[in-house]
Amino acid sequence: MVKVLKTVLLYAVLGLCAAIFITPFLWMLQASVKNTAQIFAFPPKLLPNPVVWRNYIRAWTAVPLARFYLNSIIVAGSVAFAQVVTSAMAAYVFARLSFPFKNVIFVFFLAIMMIPIQVTVIPLFIIVKTLGLIDSYGALILPFLAYPFGTFLLRQFFLTIPREIEDAARADGCPRLRILVQIIAPLSKSALFTLGMLAFMFIWNSFFWPLLVTNTEKHFTIQVGLAMLRTQLIMEVDWGLLMAATVISILPVLIFYMFTQKQIIKGITLTGLKM
Amino acid sequence: MGSLRSVLHSPLRREDFFTGIICLAPSLLVIAFFVVFPIIFSLYLSFHEWAILTPDKPFVGLDNFERMFSTPEFWQALKNTFLYTVGVVPFGAAASLALALLLNRTILGSGFFRTAFFLPVITSTIAIAVVWLWVYDDNIGLLNLILRGLGFQPVRWLTSSKTALLSMIIMNVWRNAGYHMVIFLAGLQSIPESLYEAATIDGVNTFQRFRYITWPLLVPTTVFVLITNTIFTFQVFGPIYVMTGGGPARSTSVIVYYLYQRAFEFQEMGYASAVAWSIFIILIGLTLFQLWLSRNKEKIW
Repeated sequence: MVKVLKTVLLYAVLGLCAAIFITPFLWMLQASVKNTAQIFAFPPKLLPNPVVWRNYIRAWTAVPLARFYLNSIIVAGSVAFAQVVTSAMAAYVFARLSFPFKNVIFVFFLAIMMIPIQVTVIPLFIIVKTLGLIDSYGALILPFLAYPFGTFLLRQFFLTIPREIEDAARADGCPRLRILVQIIAPLSKSALFTLGMLAFMFIWNSFFWPLLVTNTEKHFTIQVGLAMLRTQLIMEVDWGLLMAATVISILPVLIFYMFTQKQIIKGITLTGLKM
Repeated sequence: MGSLRSVLHSPLRREDFFTGIICLAPSLLVIAFFVVFPIIFSLYLSFHEWAILTPDKPFVGLDNFERMFSTPEFWQALKNTFLYTVGVVPFGAAASLALALLLNRTILGSGFFRTAFFLPVITSTIAIAVVWLWVYDDNIGLLNLILRGLGFQPVRWLTSSKTALLSMIIMNVWRNAGYHMVIFLAGLQSIPESLYEAATIDGVNTFQRFRYITWPLLVPTTVFVLITNTIFTFQVFGPIYVMTGGGPARSTSVIVYYLYQRAFEFQEMGYASAVAWSIFIILIGLTLFQLWLSRNKEKIW
């Protein structure tokens, strides 16, 4: 009897918590299919009648959401790919090669990792401006082509690969770089994938830097586009349109998460990286 | 360079040396150009006055720092950031630990609950900020509808300088609880089951189990969550930009938002660099404190 009560209580608490986390999303969903009159109706109707799909069409045409999407995918995809490559190369040096001052350089990498972008953002902006890269993919991608965090993550992983696997190839005179590409990389597929995914999500969610270096819709990322849509609407708040645009911006990420859930959770517990 | 000569002497080590240069070059070039150089440049700028549009940057010595220390807006931003962080970090850790404890068992539907708690984490901060603008709306927002439905006075969540910062804190705790829950769950699952079994045999109750087994063994995880979240929370920008613009009456103007305004709205690159350095020094302090804590863990706890 006590056990049954305990279980009921546990589910009641869990259900309440789940409601707290889910309700704002449901609130967004129902607003996205209401017209203005329905949104301002009091008392509010939870289920919109009739369902107004027009908000989605309006959101899709009011701003080039598809373009913002494409920009985010191009930027986050290139950065993720580049970081996997540059990190794997550097990590291999730290894990395996004998290189002068290797440990000093590694500590230097770790120190760099602690420096947040807010500290370097002003000179970085000036550099990008001087190079004439404002409002271009270059500005969004170049500063993030390499990041010590990835090196650190992959070095830890490479160290767990037994040296014997390489020894035979080394004895046959196989060059180091080929060992990295043909032996180490295939063995580290899951780690490389985790890093790529974390880098992708990090850039996908970033806002401060894209806000500074883009100023036309041609290069807005989805985050900047969404924020701009919100500031445009500040006078005549069109909640239906704003919520529909937000749903559109969230949905693909949700679907992506459904497929990569395990990898993402593993990546977080492995690294404690903030998204 | 005796060591370098010996490196180049043996063919195997020579290969390592040249491969090493090739492999480190991309990372080192990017870091040198986009991190190290900007840091030095930032220090240089902080001693100069420069509106980005004019070519000359006169040297002004410590003027930028003096002005910063005597500007009430700077201190207000620092205070807001401090309050925000102090609000978010402990409550966030407590909330996520509670969620982790609830889910740390094999029950039907645990996958559903975990996904529900994790939903805000996979949503971008900007999308969350837009949704919560609507949740916090004075007239038709979700929270005020609930309050009115229960017969309470509505709260001016974002439009009163008394509550705006608190509203931002609540939203942050809600957004990141699921993230830290995952870290706490990993910590909980690394506690050996045999300890609990031994405790059950000794007739220990639930509270004692938590107090004497779970909690001491979770200390490293908790310290990790507290410190990394402090450093992260200190740098908040996106939600402030989208939801309040630092207002009302500067009540949510945090330090990075202040930096953003001085540098990119008022073009005061020199002064803003001085502000950037103040942020840098505080973050270095926090990081060193973290290192010191993790070195001296055993002594302290």
